[in-house]
Amino acid sequence: MIETKEPSMSGALRISAEVGSRIYQQMWRIRVFEEHANELYLAGKMPGLTHLYTGQEAVAVGVCEALQREDYITSTHRGHGHCVAKGARLDLMFAELLGRSPGYNRGKGGSMHIADQENGNLGANAIVGGSAGIATGAALSAKMRGSGQVAVCFFGEGALGQGLLHEVMNMAQLWDLPVIYVCENNRYGEYTHFSETTAGTVLGRAQALGMKAFEVDGQDVLAVNEVLTQLVAAARDGGGPALVECHTYRYHGHHVGDINREYYRPKAEELEWREKRDPIKLFGERLVAAGLASAEELAALQAAVREEAAAALAFALAAPFPDPSEVTLHVYA
Amino acid sequence: MSTLEALVAAARPEAARVITFSQAVREALAEEMRRDERVFVIGEDVAEAGTPFKVLSGLVEEFGPGRVIDTPISEAGFTGLAVGAAMTGMRPVVDLMFGDFLTLVMDQLVNQAAKTHYMSGGKLRVPLVLRTTLGATRRSAAQHSQSLQAWVSHVPGLIVVTPSTPYDAKGLLKTAIRNDNPVVFFEDKMGYTDKGEVPEGDYAIPFGVADVKRPGEHVTLVATSSMVQVALKAADELARQGVSAEVVDPRTLFPLDKETLVASAKKTGHVIVIDEGYERYGVTAELAAVIADGAFYHLDAPVKRLGAMDVPVPFAPTLEDVTVPTPEVVVALTKRLLAGEA
Repeated sequence: MIETKEPSMSGALRISAEVGSRIYQQMWRIRVFEEHANELYLAGKMPGLTHLYTGQEAVAVGVCEALQREDYITSTHRGHGHCVAKGARLDLMFAELLGRSPGYNRGKGGSMHIADQENGNLGANAIVGGSAGIATGAALSAKMRGSGQVAVCFFGEGALGQGLLHEVMNMAQLWDLPVIYVCENNRYGEYTHFSETTAGTVLGRAQALGMKAFEVDGQDVLAVNEVLTQLVAAARDGGGPALVECHTYRYHGHHVGDINREYYRPKAEELEWREKRDPIKLFGERLVAAGLASAEELAALQAAVREEAAAALAFALAAPFPDPSEVTLHVYA
Repeated sequence: MSTLEALVAAARPEAARVITFSQAVREALAEEMRRDERVFVIGEDVAEAGTPFKVLSGLVEEFGPGRVIDTPISEAGFTGLAVGAAMTGMRPVVDLMFGDFLTLVMDQLVNQAAKTHYMSGGKLRVPLVLRTTLGATRRSAAQHSQSLQAWVSHVPGLIVVTPSTPYDAKGLLKTAIRNDNPVVFFEDKMGYTDKGEVPEGDYAIPFGVADVKRPGEHVTLVATSSMVQVALKAADELARQGVSAEVVDPRTLFPLDKETLVASAKKTGHVIVIDEGYERYGVTAELAAVIADGAFYHLDAPVKRLGAMDVPVPFAPTLEDVTVPTPEVVVALTKRLLAGEA
């Protein structure tokens, strides 16, 4: 079965006010978390650097809203959004970004390796495409155990250049594994436009394997969610894998230090996406238009998230660094 | 069983059973798969074919294709699948046909499997065994003959096992499968038909415990995997010449039983370390350093190393045979060492 879904921003909202608020809140939590992360970097308070997800929130939230807590995801170096959307706590995430002891990985992973196994997040991954095997293996495991779990493999379009992804997609299709490959095409791999690195089409890669393939407007959280809900249900019922290409955009540079980037990406293009295709703004407008939330209610949600994030950050900044004696802890289980 | 029968049984123990190295590997796998339904085998031609070396023949008949999984020729891919399966409740045993193919799986093994437990602050585990082969002189040329155990021994987070006998293979493979860490398990492809005494039923050999394969007084031959038999043959010849050689097999390169190696070195005062990996920056270098560090003031001569010649393994028999340490080479070096000439 090979299908293509056209991007759609129209149509009545088939969600409840409660679900709408949760989706809005989750996207906003990602946005605010990353505002703080960027500030921490610019203020020299965060070790290393980080890759911001800002602009792509509808993909993470649209996908994870289609999943159960026990379902698996694997994430990328640009992974804060996936982590929040899958249910992580902001305080433990901030603590990890700052290398503090209570962080999700006890300060041993940092931004690029946050894992939250209690919510099914098998970890961000700093090797581009490196988690494709893990996600597919988690799906194999789910199938072998008969657990009914589904795995989602998030990756950027840059990972299409990695052989591992194609190897495991082949096996997933051969064996009807319950895994959904979510390609976040944010148009740039590091400092290079994807058209310079990607021959053919994204969907064509899956279609060549006989795998279901869809593309969707990644700025439309409900469109993403609708496609994923169908695919996840099918995968759970033994319907096998699928690939979804989500067209999206990262507002910031490749990482927080990539500030002067006009040599590879025009400012006008960034402005266009920020102003006309912002996933949170668009979704908020739709909620209001549909009468599912008032502007005041959305403002209150925003304020509540800002309060949550500020408290979470304060917790993390006050948290201790790991004791040096922990350096040899957990090399082996 | 009556008391009389028990007495009779104890008085007449069954003759020790002799099986091959590959039978020992297969038996360990089968017993562990019967014991634990989470254990499964994945790799190229592992099912009906039983691998090109026929090590796994019969497993698919007992456990079915759902637990003895034939894959496409995608080493990185199926190793990655195993990592993900291990992280989520299964205990995969990966079959990597030739050790040379480690090049193809290094990211999944080194950047993913080895680091996951540490990077996750101890929350995620990767109980994975990757069985692969080492050893030259099979006329397989440069891409099917390497002994790359040094590469993985370098990586924190990995356990590296190098059994040299059928007995050790069965006991160590069981320990590997029951261990919660990624384990790389090297089998000498030229030793699959070697025979040895192997008990039926369950036993496990702990990691990090070296085995003195032959006690001796004048020189210590520390040998790994394929080189243990080379060292034992050399020891036989040395004995005929009046030299008593002790052969010590570390059995696991990590964790490494430094105490046993150092104790033997202190006893004999002369040490040669033999491993079939490339000599340059190889396993022999690490073992020699451990011994020099722990036994320096007891040594009568420098610790000598014998590894594979630092060349790509050549095809022509006349060329290939000179790249690997032989009993003759070990005997000659031992005599020079004891004469103060090495």
